[in-house]
Amino acid sequence: MTPPPATAPIVPSTYDDWLDAYGASRERDAEFVTLSGEEIRPLYTEADLPADRDASIGLPGDFPFTRGVYPSMYRGRLWTFRQFAGFGTAVETNERFHYLLDHGQTGLSTAFDMPSLMGHDSDHRLSLGEVGREGVAVDTVDDMQDLFAGIDLGEVSVSMTINAPAAIMMAFYVAAAERQGVPAERLAGTIQADILKEYIAQKEWCFPIDHGMRLQGDMVEWVSRAMPRWHPISISGYHIREAGATAAQELAFTLKDGFTYVEEAMERGLDVDSFAPRLSFFFNAQIDFFEEIAKYRAARRIWARELRDTYGAKNPKSWLMRFHTQTAGVSLTAQQPLNNITRTAIEALAGVLGGTQSLHTNSYDEALALPTEEAVRIALRTQQIIAHETGVVNTIDPLGGSYFVEALTDEIERQAYDYFRRIDELGGMVQAVKQNFPQREIADASYELQRRIDRGERIVVGVNQYTEGDDAETPIHRVDPALERKQIDRVRAVRAKRDAKPVERALAHLREAAASGQNLMPILLEAARAHATEGEIVHALQDVWGAYTETPVF
Amino acid sequence: MPAAAEATAGSRTRGRLRVVVAKPGLDGHDRGAKIIARALRDAGMEVIYTGLHQTPEQIVETVIQEDADAVGLSILSGAHMTLVPRIVELLREQEVDDVLVTVGGTIPAGDIGELEALGVARVFTPGAPVGDIVAFLRERLEA
Repeated sequence: MTPPPATAPIVPSTYDDWLDAYGASRERDAEFVTLSGEEIRPLYTEADLPADRDASIGLPGDFPFTRGVYPSMYRGRLWTFRQFAGFGTAVETNERFHYLLDHGQTGLSTAFDMPSLMGHDSDHRLSLGEVGREGVAVDTVDDMQDLFAGIDLGEVSVSMTINAPAAIMMAFYVAAAERQGVPAERLAGTIQADILKEYIAQKEWCFPIDHGMRLQGDMVEWVSRAMPRWHPISISGYHIREAGATAAQELAFTLKDGFTYVEEAMERGLDVDSFAPRLSFFFNAQIDFFEEIAKYRAARRIWARELRDTYGAKNPKSWLMRFHTQTAGVSLTAQQPLNNITRTAIEALAGVLGGTQSLHTNSYDEALALPTEEAVRIALRTQQIIAHETGVVNTIDPLGGSYFVEALTDEIERQAYDYFRRIDELGGMVQAVKQNFPQREIADASYELQRRIDRGERIVVGVNQYTEGDDAETPIHRVDPALERKQIDRVRAVRAKRDAKPVERALAHLREAAASGQNLMPILLEAARAHATEGEIVHALQDVWGAYTETPVF
Repeated sequence: MPAAAEATAGSRTRGRLRVVVAKPGLDGHDRGAKIIARALRDAGMEVIYTGLHQTPEQIVETVIQEDADAVGLSILSGAHMTLVPRIVELLREQEVDDVLVTVGGTIPAGDIGELEALGVARVFTPGAPVGDIVAFLRERLEA
């Protein structure tokens, strides 16, 4: 221990004294901005707290839920460790699901392959090379059944990340559960089904926007009535952020998508309190720690206020924004990939301190390929270390009341409202998307960030600084190319074996219903039970609705 | 539909490089492709971005129609070992031998050598500085 110096340094006693002292000291030659490019001041004080502290910060489990949606948060129950998994055919992914459940994972999350996300069967010409690569291939109810073999669908909660053909996958899932003897009302889980963000960011579409919205609306309406334990939409900012959005853009576009879905459901005559408690959200956790935490806190507050005051929800459960978080894939580097373990840990911690309900931590090798089993285990262990070793779960919202965090929360909220106003001026979110407004804002932000990195203003460790030491070969997971052939054989076997009559009948019903206003879900279930393939169903709908072509902006 | 960023074939400025930025396959990850398209445009090149979900046949047709000097293939779906060889093969079949082919995306180190052996000039992985990509194209095409 060094003894204190004989003459103690002068301690500034007022803010102005401090400002003088700061002005007299040297500032590093660096940018003091967030990842999103927001200026950060050297110091925040009590003066930066909101004036109406009780009303805008409040208490956990109490309106406006800035400090968390539940009174006990992680002292009551930890977040769900939910690792996203899927590759190959249903058989391989089913093995990985069992592995994850055996290693302490508490919910399942299904990644579908690109052909499944786009509504193509595995033997479609555009599926070449993509089958089972980035997720599991699901062509029919038979695949869905094998995917969950040995897993009781009445017990486990399942998340399915699929959007444009979500209603079809939902029908496959319900039909597969029926075969296990589990009725729809007992099924618990989430389907992403956030169609607007597909046109904005993720770009996996099947139909023109208005028809995509209708199909999603049919599914939401049906699920709201028939599946009380199911979350029919996970309103997702994750992909918006991955596409290069800022934190404020992620927040604003996601919330605006959410409000649009609320409005659509209300226009269908649903009572807001009948479905709003089952809407959930999905956000990114990027590397700028405090900016992310502020984003989650602002998100909860805005959602609660708008649901109560604008949409008239009376049930307090309708005001709660519950969300899943995934660490940022886009923050991972192919260079020195082990550094990604650190990035992911920090991002995951932001999600936890932001009050997430479930979390996926990325594996360090995902800028290179689909993760290896070992990399997935480290990612899951990262969550367990945060939960059990760091002590951050001992108290609720430990950052609440932080001058900086509260100021940042207010600022990001203000920016979100600014975007809401601009979107309203364009005629609402559907119109804004058709006019490429969010797409253009994201492309601009993403380009600007890249320029900062290229100019060296923003340092990415191992990429534009500290680049030595990238010579170790990282073991990677290889998807066996033979799996594509295997899946093609599987779907062809189903087509050969099934009775063709009920398939034709169901597809004919589907075309009729697509042209009328009738809810499509019961007919999709009929098609699923008849072993119609995803591609056949999508094509039947495209016969009536057409496909979607984007005019790209960059 | 390919979106021409700037003037197309008819009004080609002499000496300006023409680059097709293409998204083969089904993945919708277009952040990188758009950044590269814009950076190349800002660097004075003529850029034709194909948009998403293009088949190898569509890409090769665009390369020929646009009389491109280079084509950058952006793939983040893991399908590169199927799609890139197919595109290279189609270019050969069409006797297009003066177009520089580059690849960007999540490409494992072990695949890079194989792609280069097929005739890919360079593979850029996530985090590759945009300036390096611009410099590489200039060096190889303006020499």
